[in-house]
Amino acid sequence: MADIIKTATRDAYGKALVELGNTNDKVIVLDADLAAATKTGMFKKAHPEKFFDCGIAEGNMMGVAAGLAASGYTVFASTFAMFAAGRAYEQVRNSIAYPHLNVKIGATHAGISVGEDGASHQCCEDIALMRVIPGMTVINPADDIEARAAVLAAAEYEGPVYMRFGRLAVPRIFDESYKFEWGKAVVLAEGSDVTIFATGLMVNEAIEARKLLAQEGISAEIVNIHTIKPLDAQAVVASASKTGAVVTAEEHSIIGGLGSAVTEALCESGKPVPVVRLGVNDVFGKSGPAVELLHIFGLDAQNIAEKAKQAISMK
Amino acid sequence: MDAVIRKQLKIKACKARMGIIEGVFNAKSGHPGGSLSCVDIITYLYFHHMNIDPQNPKAEDRDRFVLSKGHAAPALYSVLALKGFFPVEQLKTLRKSDSMLQGHPSIKYTPGVDMCTGSLGQGISAACGMALGAKLGGKNYRVYTILGDGEIQEGQVWEAAMFASAKGLDNLVAVVDNNGLQIDGKVSEVNSPYPIAEKFKAFGWNVIEICAHSFDEIDAAFNAAAEFKGKPSAIIAGSVKGKGVSFMEDQVSWHGTAPNAEQYEQAMNELSQALAELEA
Repeated sequence: MADIIKTATRDAYGKALVELGNTNDKVIVLDADLAAATKTGMFKKAHPEKFFDCGIAEGNMMGVAAGLAASGYTVFASTFAMFAAGRAYEQVRNSIAYPHLNVKIGATHAGISVGEDGASHQCCEDIALMRVIPGMTVINPADDIEARAAVLAAAEYEGPVYMRFGRLAVPRIFDESYKFEWGKAVVLAEGSDVTIFATGLMVNEAIEARKLLAQEGISAEIVNIHTIKPLDAQAVVASASKTGAVVTAEEHSIIGGLGSAVTEALCESGKPVPVVRLGVNDVFGKSGPAVELLHIFGLDAQNIAEKAKQAISMK
Repeated sequence: MDAVIRKQLKIKACKARMGIIEGVFNAKSGHPGGSLSCVDIITYLYFHHMNIDPQNPKAEDRDRFVLSKGHAAPALYSVLALKGFFPVEQLKTLRKSDSMLQGHPSIKYTPGVDMCTGSLGQGISAACGMALGAKLGGKNYRVYTILGDGEIQEGQVWEAAMFASAKGLDNLVAVVDNNGLQIDGKVSEVNSPYPIAEKFKAFGWNVIEICAHSFDEIDAAFNAAAEFKGKPSAIIAGSVKGKGVSFMEDQVSWHGTAPNAEQYEQAMNELSQALAELEA
């Protein structure tokens, strides 16, 4: 166990921003008094002349980001997911997405794994909120390697992107050779009985669930959905058609996020299969240690395995 | 201001007012009152003050204009058309489904528009970003935005006001079109933003108070703002809602109402007469 590397995706975000600052003179980073927590503080230290703290005023920060982007800059605007997607929702919609400006929203502290701060800060609705905005890309990386790759790719992409990062250190899944393909689902392990579509920190749990299922003779296919919008519907339908049963796993409300996106794609494909959505089940979070909370809310390998069996039983 | 230039600006503004009425009448909806109150300032900016080129609306070093009170789009469109960004005939298509002129300004549809606005309070933040962008890039361009006096009830305006002074954005000028009326009534009665000048001063702005319909005062204010270093400038412009059309003046009912055929005729007659007198 000692050789498992654990890193929070927010740390990878901060490091990737520093890299970008070294190579891309159009990159500007904004934060709203959370630079130490969102890890944009790393960029601030390395590139102070390209970093602006907007203070505790997220709506204005998104507007400033829009104005900078309209002036030719590639802007990364960061705060917690709750305030990026929630507080500043309408600024993101009207000032950034409607004019399709080149702003990358780096939203950290997403989901239940915020931990002790509790429900007010545990945003489990951000993917749903961002996914519904026309032209918005929504990315939720699974580990630090994928987070870095996504940030570098986002800087090359022209248009608004919402990137979701976590506070909790999570196991590294990929190695340095990993190639991030914009909008492409990644089959991590093939299987024949059920497909587990997972995103963010639930990808590692899905990999662990596959081992549990294998002990019972069940073959699970694991698909990492790092880009929730646009969804790789072709890959989703192909895998679901192969296995005939689906579980979606996300650290987000079961309403409006990955579970909804996958279900929509399958229903419209004409090849629907049984789907069980695993996520935060239409409730607010609460305070507690992050890992403990993930278990309390059923966001773990054990529950994914249970849901997989449930999906298979519905075939 | 030179008398000849003043007269030319008055003529342009009068024509712009006719464009506003033409657009809103044909659309059968829109916001004539707040368009007529700020159109003198927009005319001044595009015809006398800003560095812009209708043939090259995206020029990198151009001055920027953000109509934060986006519902005054008919005023902006009318001035852009007169300036040559697109044909004046387009004004009649305002708000139609195949028009380049959206109900509120959009960079996706209209040449010369620098920012999507309409949701109040947001334009000034984007203007701050543009002004910061100019500073970062070592550019000399300046950024202008017009806010409604009702709009400044939005908290985001004050987030932006704090930001602009904290970052020393002296290349930014925010105008408050102080016509005293908003949809639900007098701004002083709905939720008073007064005293406006003192608020901007307290937020660290250079504040200038003028009459929004005097080109001499407008010219002096924008020139003073250009000279002022270290702080953003706020021009609190006392205006008359519906200015230039007798029956629309200072009437809250003309905030978001289109004239009927008879009212349209009367408004255009009044403006035509005013234009004839100016051109005499």
